[in-house]
Amino acid sequence: MHKEPLFHIVKRETLPWYKSWGVRLLAVVCALIVAGLITLFLTGLNPIKVYATMIDGAIGTQRRTWALMQKTAMLLCIALALTPAFRMRFWNTGAEGQVLAGGMCCAVIMLKLGDKLPNGLLTLLMLVAGVLGGAIWGVIPAIFKAKWNTNETLFTLMMNYIAIQIIGYYVLEWSVPKGSGSIGVINQKTQAGWLPSIGGQAYLINIIVVAVLTVLVYIYLTYSKHGYEISVVGESEKTARYIGIDVKKVIIRTMCLSGAICGLAGFLLVSGADHTITKDTAGGNGFTAIMVCWLAKFNPIWMVLTSLLICFLSKGAGEIATMFNLNLSFSDIITGIIIFFIVGSEFFINYRLIFRGHRKEANS
Amino acid sequence: MIMFIQRMVIQGIPLLYGSTGEIITEKSGHLNLGIPGIMYVGAIGGVIGAFLYENGAGAANMVPALAILIPLLCSMVCSLLMGLIYCFLTVSLRANQNVTGLALTTFGVGIGNFFGGSLIKLSAADVPSINLTATSNFFKTKLPFAKNLGAFGEIFLSYSFLAYLGIIIALVAAYVLRKTRTGLHLRSVGENPATADAAGINVTKYKYLSTCIGSVIAGLGGLYYIMDYAYGVWSNNGFGDRGWLSVALVIFSTWKPDIAILGSMLFGALLIVQNYIPNLSMSAQELIKMTPYLATIIVLVIVSAKNRKENQPPMALGLSYFREER
Repeated sequence: MHKEPLFHIVKRETLPWYKSWGVRLLAVVCALIVAGLITLFLTGLNPIKVYATMIDGAIGTQRRTWALMQKTAMLLCIALALTPAFRMRFWNTGAEGQVLAGGMCCAVIMLKLGDKLPNGLLTLLMLVAGVLGGAIWGVIPAIFKAKWNTNETLFTLMMNYIAIQIIGYYVLEWSVPKGSGSIGVINQKTQAGWLPSIGGQAYLINIIVVAVLTVLVYIYLTYSKHGYEISVVGESEKTARYIGIDVKKVIIRTMCLSGAICGLAGFLLVSGADHTITKDTAGGNGFTAIMVCWLAKFNPIWMVLTSLLICFLSKGAGEIATMFNLNLSFSDIITGIIIFFIVGSEFFINYRLIFRGHRKEANS
Repeated sequence: MIMFIQRMVIQGIPLLYGSTGEIITEKSGHLNLGIPGIMYVGAIGGVIGAFLYENGAGAANMVPALAILIPLLCSMVCSLLMGLIYCFLTVSLRANQNVTGLALTTFGVGIGNFFGGSLIKLSAADVPSINLTATSNFFKTKLPFAKNLGAFGEIFLSYSFLAYLGIIIALVAAYVLRKTRTGLHLRSVGENPATADAAGINVTKYKYLSTCIGSVIAGLGGLYYIMDYAYGVWSNNGFGDRGWLSVALVIFSTWKPDIAILGSMLFGALLIVQNYIPNLSMSAQELIKMTPYLATIIVLVIVSAKNRKENQPPMALGLSYFREER
C-alpha cells in the first residue's frame, strides 16, 4: 500500500488580519528569544538584562532616541521608495546606488555652488539635483527591462557598485585636505545647503519630511489611478496589456518615482544629517530597506513599524556589543535572525500543515 | 609579467568558487543573494577551526594533514549550515528568495566580522591578533617540482591545492550540468519545476542538493581567500565585495562554469591591474574597480537583447514552486 506522508501542505483561505499579524508577532517574539539566548551564550549576561540593555541602547537617553528616530526615518524613506517598484514585482535591489547617486548630485551642488547662491535657492537646487540623480539611476535598468526584459534584480544590483565606485573617485579627487581620502564636512563654517534645525533638533525636519512622504505614498498607491495600474502590472502583465495599460510606460514611470524617492533620501542624508558624502552614506540601508518593505507586505503604514523594529534592534544590539567590548557586527547577526523568523512565518500565514492522523479523523 | 599572472589567478580563484556555487544554485531556479554572506562564513569557519587547532596544539606540533582537514571541514560545515537555512526558508517555507538571500548576506557578513573581531576575547586566548601563518603555510604548500620548470612552472604549477580544486570543481560542474542526466534534471527544475515534477523528478530534492552543494563550494572560496591570499590573517571586511563580484561573474559567464574560469581570471586581472599602470592616481583606481560591474551590465543587456535560448537565466529563477499552484 502506498504510504501516506507524515503531513501535507494546503493553501489557506486568507486569514483575518489580526490572526496573520498575530503569527508575525509570534515570530518576532521567537526571534527575540533566540537572539537573547545567543547573547546569553556569548556574553553570559542574564536574559532580562539583555533586553534591558537593548532598550537602554536604543532609547536610553534623549540623544539616543533622536538618533534612533533619524535612523528609522531614513530607512523608512528608502523602503517607501522601493514600495511602488515592489508592488509592480520589479525587484529593485539598487536602492543603495540610487540613494548614493542622489546624494552625490546633491553634494556636488553643495560643494561647487555653496558660496555663490543664496541659501534657499541652493537648498532647492540640491533637492532637485538629488531627486534627479536618483531617478536617472533608477530608470536606466527600467528602460532595459521594458525594452528587452533584462533581469532587473541583477541589473539594479550591479548599478549599486558603479555608484559606489563613482563616489569613491570623486571623494578622492575632491578630498579635503588633499590626499586625506575624505571630503570632510562640507561648508562647515557657512552651513550653506544645510537643512535648518527646528527647535534645536537637527533631525526633526528629516523626520517630518519622511512622515509626510509616508502618507503621500500610501495615498498614491491606494487611491490613485497610477497606483491601480502598478498593482495590475504586478499581478499579471498579460491582464494589464489586455485592459489597455501601457506596461512599458508604467514600468519606466514607476522606477522613475522609486529612484526619485531614493534620491530624496540621499538629499536628506547629505543635506539634513551627514553634510558630507562617502561610500557609506547609504550604509547598507538600501539592502535593509528591501527587507523592511517586504516584511510590511508593501504597506507604507506598516513599514513605519517594521523599520522601527529593525533600527531598534540594531541600536540595542550595538549597545550590548559596546558594553562587552565585542564587535559591532553583532547587530547584523540579530537583524538576520529576526528577518529569518519573520520571513519563515509567512509560510504559516499562507499555508496549513495537515498531519496524517488528522486526515483520518476528518474522513471518518 | 609572471607575477601579474600569478596574482591574477590568486585574485580570481575566490571569485571562481563563489560563481561556480552560485551557478549550481541558480540552475535549480534559486537566486541566492546570500552568497557574499556564505563566503564570509566559509572563511570565518575555517579561521575558527584553524585558530582552535593552532592554539590547542601549538604551532610546533601541528600535523599537516590535520592542519588542513580541520579548517576545511569547519569551513564546509559552516557554509553548509548557511545553505540549509536558505533552502529551508525558500524551498520548504517558500519564502521570498531576494529577501532571504539579502538577510543571509547581512547575517553572514555579521557573523564573519563579529567572530573575526571578537574571537580572541571569546576564547580568552593570549594572543594579540588572529594570525594563522602556520596553518596558512600548510595551505600554501605547492608542488615540489614546480620551481624547476621555469616560466611554465611559475605560471601553471605554482599555486596551492585549493586553486586547482576550484578549477576542477568548475570543470566538473560544467560537465555535469551539460552532459549528464543529473544535470539535465537540475536544469529542467530551474526552467520549469512543474514540468519536471510531472516527469517524476523530485523537485525538492534537487533544489536542496544544488543549493547546499553550491553553498559549500562558495564557502571554500572564502577559505581560499583567507588561507592563501591573506596569509591566514583575518581583517574585518577584508573580503570586501568579492561576493557580489562572484554574483556578477555568474551573469558575465552566462551561467556556464567553464566560461566562469576565464571570467574569474579576467575579473582577477581587473582587481589588480591598477598596481601595474604607472602614475595612476588613487582616484582613477576607483574607476578601474568599476569595470567588472560595468562589463557585467553590458553582458546582461546584450544577452537579453539577443534573446538566445542557451544564454538566458533559468526561466523559473527567483520563483518559488508550490505543486498546488499550477
